[in-house]
Amino acid sequence: MKRFVYINDESYQNDYCDNQISNTKYTLWNFLPKNLWEQFRRFMNQYFLLIACLQLWSLITPVNPASTWGPLIIIFAVSATKEAWDDYNRYISDKQANEKKVWIVKNGARKHIQAQDIRVGNIVWIRENEEVPCDLVLTGTSEPQGICHVETAALDGEIDLKTRVIPPTCAGLDAEQLHKIKGVIECPIPDKDIRRFDANIRLFPPFIDNDICPLTINNTLLQSCYLRNTEWACGVAVYTGNETKLGMSRGVPEPKLTAMDAMIDKLTGAIFLFQLAVVVVLGSAGNVWKDTEARKQWYVKYDDDEPWYQILVIPLRFELLCSIMIPISIKVSLDFVKSLYAKFIDWDEEMYDKETDTPAHAANTAISEDLGQVEYILTDKTGTLTENKMIFRRCCIGGTLYGNESGDALKDVELLNAVANNSPHVIKFLTVMALCNTVIPIKSPSGQISYKAQSQDEDALVNAASNLHMVLVSKNGNNAEIHFNRRVVQYEILDVLEFTSDRKRMSVLISDSESGKIFLLSKGADEAILPLAYSGQQIKTFIDAVDKYAQLGLRTLCLAWRELGLQEYLEWSRLFKEANSALIDREWKVAEVCQKLEHTLDILGISAIEDRLQAGVPETIEILRQSGINFWMLTGDKQSTAIQIALLCNLISSEPKGQLLYINGKTEDEVARSLERVLLTMRITSSEPKELAFVVDGWALEIILTRYKEAFTELAVLSKTAICCRVTPSQKAQLVKLLKSCDYRTLAIGDGGNDVRMIQQAHIGVGISGREGLQAARAADYSIGKFRFLKRLILVHGRYSYNRTAFLSQYSFYKSLLICFIQILFSFVSGIAGTSLFNSVSLMAYNVFYTSIPVLTTVLDKDLSERTVTQNPEILLYCQAGRLLNPSTFAGWFGRSLYHAIVVFLITIHVYANEKSEMEELSMVALSGSIWLQAFVVTLEMNSFTFVQFLGIWGNFAAFYIINFGISSIPSAGMYTIMFRLCRQPSYWITMLLISGVGMGPVLALKYFRYTYSPSAINILQKAERSRGPMYTLVHL
Amino acid sequence: MTPGCVITIFLLIGITFVPVGLVCLQASNSVAEIVHRYDIDCVPDAYRRNKQAYIKDSLISKKCIQKVKVQYHMKAPIYVYYELDNFYQNHRRYVKSRSDKQLRHGMKYTDSSCGPLERNNGLPIVPCGLIAWSLFNDTFGFTRGSIGIMVDRKNISWRSDREHKFGKDVYPFNFQNGSLIGGGKLDPDIPLSNQEDLIVWMRAAALPQFRKLYGVIEDDLQADETIDIHITNNYNTYSFGGKKSLVLTTSTWLGGKNDFLGYAYLVTGSASIFLSILFALIHVKIPRPHGDAAYLSWSRKSSN
Repeated sequence: MKRFVYINDESYQNDYCDNQISNTKYTLWNFLPKNLWEQFRRFMNQYFLLIACLQLWSLITPVNPASTWGPLIIIFAVSATKEAWDDYNRYISDKQANEKKVWIVKNGARKHIQAQDIRVGNIVWIRENEEVPCDLVLTGTSEPQGICHVETAALDGEIDLKTRVIPPTCAGLDAEQLHKIKGVIECPIPDKDIRRFDANIRLFPPFIDNDICPLTINNTLLQSCYLRNTEWACGVAVYTGNETKLGMSRGVPEPKLTAMDAMIDKLTGAIFLFQLAVVVVLGSAGNVWKDTEARKQWYVKYDDDEPWYQILVIPLRFELLCSIMIPISIKVSLDFVKSLYAKFIDWDEEMYDKETDTPAHAANTAISEDLGQVEYILTDKTGTLTENKMIFRRCCIGGTLYGNESGDALKDVELLNAVANNSPHVIKFLTVMALCNTVIPIKSPSGQISYKAQSQDEDALVNAASNLHMVLVSKNGNNAEIHFNRRVVQYEILDVLEFTSDRKRMSVLISDSESGKIFLLSKGADEAILPLAYSGQQIKTFIDAVDKYAQLGLRTLCLAWRELGLQEYLEWSRLFKEANSALIDREWKVAEVCQKLEHTLDILGISAIEDRLQAGVPETIEILRQSGINFWMLTGDKQSTAIQIALLCNLISSEPKGQLLYINGKTEDEVARSLERVLLTMRITSSEPKELAFVVDGWALEIILTRYKEAFTELAVLSKTAICCRVTPSQKAQLVKLLKSCDYRTLAIGDGGNDVRMIQQAHIGVGISGREGLQAARAADYSIGKFRFLKRLILVHGRYSYNRTAFLSQYSFYKSLLICFIQILFSFVSGIAGTSLFNSVSLMAYNVFYTSIPVLTTVLDKDLSERTVTQNPEILLYCQAGRLLNPSTFAGWFGRSLYHAIVVFLITIHVYANEKSEMEELSMVALSGSIWLQAFVVTLEMNSFTFVQFLGIWGNFAAFYIINFGISSIPSAGMYTIMFRLCRQPSYWITMLLISGVGMGPVLALKYFRYTYSPSAINILQKAERSRGPMYTLVHL
Repeated sequence: MTPGCVITIFLLIGITFVPVGLVCLQASNSVAEIVHRYDIDCVPDAYRRNKQAYIKDSLISKKCIQKVKVQYHMKAPIYVYYELDNFYQNHRRYVKSRSDKQLRHGMKYTDSSCGPLERNNGLPIVPCGLIAWSLFNDTFGFTRGSIGIMVDRKNISWRSDREHKFGKDVYPFNFQNGSLIGGGKLDPDIPLSNQEDLIVWMRAAALPQFRKLYGVIEDDLQADETIDIHITNNYNTYSFGGKKSLVLTTSTWLGGKNDFLGYAYLVTGSASIFLSILFALIHVKIPRPHGDAAYLSWSRKSSN
């Protein structure tokens, strides 16, 4: 599918969309229905709506419908308002972008129009520092060489400037001609690939040749980029509105659901089934009682001939009575505490990176608990474990190794002497270092030269070359100027054979302006360059050097060159042009053509660049591994470097403690055999206390993922550590997916654009806001400044969040079940007719105030101090295995609520029997009993006690009495005078004391017994912490 | 949660609960109470087989005299309650069938909450609803030999109800005029705020067995004295097998006779003491060093 764009042709009407951008989700008209529809897709909301609707039927409602409608409407209004506000902000920013004035050419003259009126084919003019309104193909710039600079941060998060050039066919047109230009651009239909634009352009006469000229992404200005360091530029609109590359790549990521949410949903489902069972049983029992007993009770006055639906009335009443089993408050409280967890992360001073001035940030506020349940961490290497601050450290030029003693080649006297003596080998080497790249030198007014590089390696090389007096001074279009030992050398850059991850090398074709000689300069990975050496060259020293450097954890690049004859170049150049204008498989064709030139190279030497480990990385990995988290390192780097870094940062242990198993091979058979062998070793040694890790490279991984997925899945389950090198971004994402499919909680951490897919795929994505831009940090759920903060993020924030939510959610069910069980018990003494013991006000306040506020203070609860947790990271196991929230712990809470309901109910009806059995009084006694138990339960379950917690629990207790005194003094209220009356009775207080004693005694005894005689590791550490004995630090196994 | 702390807590609970239990029991025992069931004895022998025919037949006299022997000396004030059993004032259909607004402000405020007894012959009923309609209407009188014992029937209801819940200018209207007569009738010339029997009855009981205050005897009753109770047995509990009793009782700071609190406290208290002794013994027998990390093992096999 192709799109033909006729440049600047008013007569040609196309039906492509205009340039109106719309990011909004709703319109004014569909907001209410669409938003409600979205909210009601959640089961909980459907359930509450059903309950609220049933309550409108006054025959069956036990309480005032407002007690459900009120909270329901508030919950809906809050989330709808939030959505509306977000959408309104999007609308405003869209409107601003759409109404921005831009210059376009119309009927041969420039006109000022609104950005939204740009049509495909229009020529758009942009001035310096303006934003590009739509995707353009560059046709002219203010620079004589036909280049311009753009900042693409909004598109891909990379902050360096990128150079864009006008296609050769448009070169040299002046502004007057650019107004009249006509032609056709053939381009693919809109897609979201921001790195690719395989198109071509043909200008119509009178504009010189009507040859087809290829276009690449380098000839485009994409929407949302900014024009920098260039006075003006103009281009032809090819994609507009939401069809631009940016518009197409915009997507709403799937909301992530934590393991805990899933568990809570499951438990909610179970409670719902239980509720249905209760409704069916009590409903039928109620109907039977009604027919056998209630009809005799003349004062109830049942009619003999009732409508058919009367049989449903009692079951439905029980449904409503039991509806509080699923607490409407749980979603609200969970959302509230989750946003607090996120704030705690944002506020954490200890995760603030002073060096780069970046605090930790939780972009996704809903998944903190998952942090505590992580089982696999998939980490990028460069920039994540390392600083991504590349420094040229050593080199091997023509067989001589420099920088061995000092560890810094730039200070190696021998090398400096060689430079001063114009040693030809060294000069060639330095020339490649300075020229074989895509670096842009920028000269500041003071004459200082700084470099803008897309790759940190190139930056390191160019800077090192300039330190060795080979200074790249300027690059104007195709001309590069180099100062070497105060001599000025001019080169013309003929072609750039770009770096791709498949080719693993790049080359530049230059011609020396003085001599006219043409050279091919290449640099790349050793395995991509060394085989291309001319036959007869001794490359053994280079191989040794590469090994040596890799063992030091240095990144190596192999530099080479070759002189070309003019004829050879011209011939090749034609092929290159052809390949470059291909619309189909362009990348592959170009690679093939490049290969034709890159052979019989003269290997000049090896450069070794150091990328230091970030501070605290080995300790962090050590502790996280102790806590039972498995680490996989996924890197695009080469195997030896990756292994070296892995050793340095404690990811793997060296022999004999650890063993590395390699999966390699070039063909399917080899890979299959290798995989089989590794799997076998894994199975055998899995019981031995030996640390096994497997190493796999991208090539083998590709074969494995397509052909031997099952075997690999087994391997993944067995292996705690893995190193995957030479992997592509999509392979990273595939690996995450594979682990996810085995039901593991995964965390992916990375810093660059190549990690984005893995970060989005994983349960938790963590981005390091580092030197490769903010792309990863933006896509991530959490962004941190340094890798070492991961320890605190998981062990402290993740663990506490998990523990707190585990308590909060189960407690929410406990208190709802408690009140519900009392209602059910009461129905046995009220003729199974579905009478509510409690009045509407009490029921609503019970859920909203009395029981919600004290428990919210759990967000401050700490079962163990942060120090103990970091000293005993194994304790994370309790969160990972989900030991604090699972069906059996939930059953414990369920049992407790049943027991407490029985205690409260039986004591109440026995003490308040006979002449005291007045309904309002008895109901208030039962309610107070529940509140007393609540306060004690929360107190018992809290581990740490701060003033806020004390205030939350006992202040709330006092508030219960104050609120009820308040209501008791309103004459029209049903419970007028009740609370005063009760508080004057000694029997009321004696009853409360009895309920507390009988209710809490067994709970306390059981807890004590478990705590003392079958303690969990948490309990032991708690005891150790409290006694502060010498056993405080533990011996690790 | 050290052993010492927990053992002390249980010991303290025991030490406080046992005396409280004893005090409660003592209070309950000091109450003198006479409970006399009369619903069967008051039916003439001829109707024993068909009590409903007896109670529904308005021509038969419902008067009935019962003799009761006073066991212990009863000091005034003596409270007179009637007790109903198997009567579900807490039934959903029944307990909701009232209109507080109408009781306070008059018939203009009659609303549907009174169903199924909201109106009769198109006119609103005051007081409406099932509770009022089923008003208890047995009456009691007491004589010692031939001398009557005064029963004070004033102030038997809550003052707050008389003043704020039942209107001073709301008079019964169209009450018990329907085809089905429920319970007692009301004097249409007395405002609701003075109809104390109604006010007492309208305080619905939460349990199927309940007592409601009928009056107060301001005379002491001597031990071994026999008194006559003059009952009009109007109220129909025969259709559903409900029991009716008359209760004469004195009162203490804890209320009427109720042994539950005392026994519950005694049981809980002694259980606590037992637990604390048990815990202490176990602690002595199997001492656990507090916070010994040696018990820590990170065996992952036990993980679920």
